[in-house]
Amino acid sequence: MQTFDLAEQGLRALNQTLHAQTGDTNQTVWEVVNAKGSHAIAVGLDAPIEVRVKGSTGYYCGGMNKQATVHIHGSAGPGVGENMMSGTIIVEGDASQYAGATGRGGLLVIKGNASSRCGISMKGIDIVVHGSIGHMSAFMAQSGNLVVLGDAGDALGDSLYEARLFVRGSVKSLGADCVKKEMRTEHLEILADLLERSGADAKPEEFTRYGSARQLYNFNIDNASAY
Amino acid sequence: MDETPNTLPRQSATFTNEINSEIRRAAATGIYDIRGGGAKRRVPHFDDLLFLGASISRYPLEGYRETCDTSVTLGTRFASKPIKLDIPVTIAGMSFGALSGPAKEALGRGATLSGTSTTTGDGGMTEEERGHSKMLVYQYLPSRYGMNPDDLRRADAIEIVVGQGAKPGGGGMLLGQKISDRVAEMRNLPKGIDQRSACRHPDWTGPDDLEIKILELREITNWEKPIYIKIGGARPYFDTTLAIKAGADVVVLDGMQGGTAATQDVFIEHVGQPTLACIRPAVQALQDLGMHRKVQLVVSGGIRHGADVAKALALGADAVAIGTAALVALGDNDPRWEDEYQKLGTTTGAYDDWHEGRDPAGITTQDPELAARFDPIAGGRRLANYLKVMTLEAQTIARACGKNHLHNLEPEDLCALTLEASAMTGVPLTGTNWVPGQGGF
Repeated sequence: MQTFDLAEQGLRALNQTLHAQTGDTNQTVWEVVNAKGSHAIAVGLDAPIEVRVKGSTGYYCGGMNKQATVHIHGSAGPGVGENMMSGTIIVEGDASQYAGATGRGGLLVIKGNASSRCGISMKGIDIVVHGSIGHMSAFMAQSGNLVVLGDAGDALGDSLYEARLFVRGSVKSLGADCVKKEMRTEHLEILADLLERSGADAKPEEFTRYGSARQLYNFNIDNASAY
Repeated sequence: MDETPNTLPRQSATFTNEINSEIRRAAATGIYDIRGGGAKRRVPHFDDLLFLGASISRYPLEGYRETCDTSVTLGTRFASKPIKLDIPVTIAGMSFGALSGPAKEALGRGATLSGTSTTTGDGGMTEEERGHSKMLVYQYLPSRYGMNPDDLRRADAIEIVVGQGAKPGGGGMLLGQKISDRVAEMRNLPKGIDQRSACRHPDWTGPDDLEIKILELREITNWEKPIYIKIGGARPYFDTTLAIKAGADVVVLDGMQGGTAATQDVFIEHVGQPTLACIRPAVQALQDLGMHRKVQLVVSGGIRHGADVAKALALGADAVAIGTAALVALGDNDPRWEDEYQKLGTTTGAYDDWHEGRDPAGITTQDPELAARFDPIAGGRRLANYLKVMTLEAQTIARACGKNHLHNLEPEDLCALTLEASAMTGVPLTGTNWVPGQGGF
């Protein structure tokens, strides 16, 4: 395992070093110490490596990740895993706003709670939150799965497209065009897989599925009050 | 017996036929009018400025013998690989989705032939565009449609879009009829639905966040790419100041004549400031921070010919961007399609329902048959010709003012034809040395 002292060597050197790793690297495990809430840690990675960040991170940790596993042993600031393409990001603590924003693939696991706008505009990512999520989560979410073991705040799934939302606890309110939907076998299978891969202790049958009513897909003036 | 003379029927200057037709349309449909393009109303513009030319106190350069440089480098502040353009006229961001693939290809071809850059739009980067554009600016938009790190890295610059002149504060809508299989796939959305583009970025708000967002993008792209911030003509002094503070290499400032693919007509015509009114405050912000010519300013919105280019540069811009004019050069609103414009209830020059995808010229459409009308090679050639003419015109004016580089043009080379233009630009009213608001008046 390689150890990288962020306080001593700096962000630029860290990301340059991680970007230099290719698919056949032998240096597959990296430990980043002294994270101290720094922004843009381990962004734009594109190799099957594991990065263990000791401590909490600032904005956009793991942003646009491909292939890599980024494991944050602390809490994550805004936009953790934003626009990630593939790979896995695990947050042992809580996550701030916009977790997984516009994510296109891969798995984001938040073992604590996630703040508002979790999964905003998600485009294929899978997000599993072991705790609860804040308001306006999955706003304009296009595709992918958002799984919440706790509760969801106001306006869940507002202006939702085709993303699937699974909540085990309560939902304070649903956003425009977001409705409760039937949980079919295929959904239980998706859930079972995500719960297992994210190390969550829950049963698929305990969840409720939410999705788009598809009433706002084409503009209709009679729906103006919903926009 | 003499007949009593009739007073001629008097049309209202307030309730014009045009206004009344819109009232009738609104009453019949219950929905606001959506259209493409920028503000069509008359606003103070570059036409309200003139160049003084050379005289005894200034001597000109010989048009056919003495050089007048037109090159410009964008992104010199932080980027390790700034963009070097042969001409200070770039192609503004227009999306694949709003435009056909061949139209995007033509923009790339024309820009490359001219030694300048073109720009993606709210739909991601296409192979046609990347393949045919030597220098391609990749827009980073609130929707993040098609956004991915590979395209970020193969771009030559990144433009974070905060706003655009046609609709500062507004998002976008690509109507379902333009959502082909390919557009739907690029945007991760079902075919045929109306695609909304958000008005705010999903993962940052305010200049402090923006600074961190820029840090992230620079880290992902190894600090190579110039990072532009595009703002609409809302509060140009403060927005330029904040863009510089956030770490921009380049500020792109788009006035209300700048076009959009589709927005409410009421938004286009009533929100934002004219391009002419935006330049001086933006340049002032750059100067106040000691950043003029260090952070480059690109101005867009209603640039039509070399005189507009020269005037924008004389007021302090480093370059301009064209969108609508580029489309016209490609063949948009061409009289050859008049019969078809008539069938669509419009006429040459007025066609602006780009969002409906029925463009007779085959440019603003995803309909394969219509798109096939457009030849990207010929279109690219026309665009290159047009860019060449614009450049020659700007050089002609600059030489007449005694300048051996377009960037040497300055406000002192100008006078204003109207009080409004004088007040907006700080250029004296023609025939006087007076600027409204200065000198106690």
